[in-house]
Amino acid sequence: MSEEMDMDEGGTVKKFMFVNRKAPYGTIYALEGLEVVLISAAFDQDVSLAFLDDGVYELVKGQNTKAVEMKNFSSTYRALEGYDIEKLYVERESLEVRGLNEDDLLVDVQVLSAAEMGEMMAAQDVVISF
Amino acid sequence: MKFAIMINEGPYTHQAADSAYLFARAVLAKGHEVTRVFFYHDGVNNATRLTVPPADDRHIVNRWSELAKAHDLDLVVCIAAAQRRGLMDENEAKRQGKDANNIAPGFRISGLGQLVEAGIQSDRLVVFGD
Repeated sequence: MSEEMDMDEGGTVKKFMFVNRKAPYGTIYALEGLEVVLISAAFDQDVSLAFLDDGVYELVKGQNTKAVEMKNFSSTYRALEGYDIEKLYVERESLEVRGLNEDDLLVDVQVLSAAEMGEMMAAQDVVISF
Repeated sequence: MKFAIMINEGPYTHQAADSAYLFARAVLAKGHEVTRVFFYHDGVNNATRLTVPPADDRHIVNRWSELAKAHDLDLVVCIAAAQRRGLMDENEAKRQGKDANNIAPGFRISGLGQLVEAGIQSDRLVVFGD
C-alpha cells in the first residue's frame, strides 16, 4: 500500500463496525469493503464486522469463482484473525432465510438475532456499511 | 460538531452523490465543520473534471470543487478505487505511464487510511451509498 498514514491519533480508540450486506461477486462492495477492514487494522481501533442480508454469502465455504473470472478473495476472511480482527457477527435471520447455518461458514462467527445486531450497532462509534 | 462524509456511489447514477453534497452544504450552513469528504467505490467518479452534464442540469463535480474552495474542504479520492476506475492526478499518471489525468480542482488522491483517520477524528462519519 502506497498511502501515507498518520498513526498519531493520541491513543483514541473507537468502536468501528463494518457492515457487509452484499453478495461477494455480484458487485465490488464486498471486495472493496474488505480492503477498508484490512487498513483499519493498522490503526489499533476496536474493529468488528457484521454480515447480514446477502452479505452472509461472503462467508460461505467452498466458493469457486473460476467461471466468472473473478478473484476468489474468501480466504482473506480467514486471515483476519492475523490482523487481530476477531469480532465477526452474523445475523441469524439472514442465514435462516437463505437456508444456511453456522456450519456453512468458513470462519468462526458469533450468530446474533436481528435485535441483538441492532443493539450491537447502536453501541458503535463508527458504522460503515458496504 | 465535526462531520466526516463518505460517498460510495457515482454522480448522476445514484442520488447518494447528490444527498452527500446537500448534506455537506447543510452542515456548513449550520456552522459545523466538515473534516473530510472521502470518495470510495464508484463515488470516485464524482472527481473527474471530464464530466460534461447537459447545460440545464446540475454540475455535480464542479459543485464539489466550488464548495471545497469556499470552505477549504478536504476532498479525498481513494487511490485503490480510483486506479480501478481510471481516475488520476498528474503524479499518478506519470507514475503509471498514462498520457492524461482527469482529477478536478479541489480533490486529492490518497489512501484508505484517510477514511479511518476521519472516523477517528470526527464526531460523526456519515455514509452515503446504496
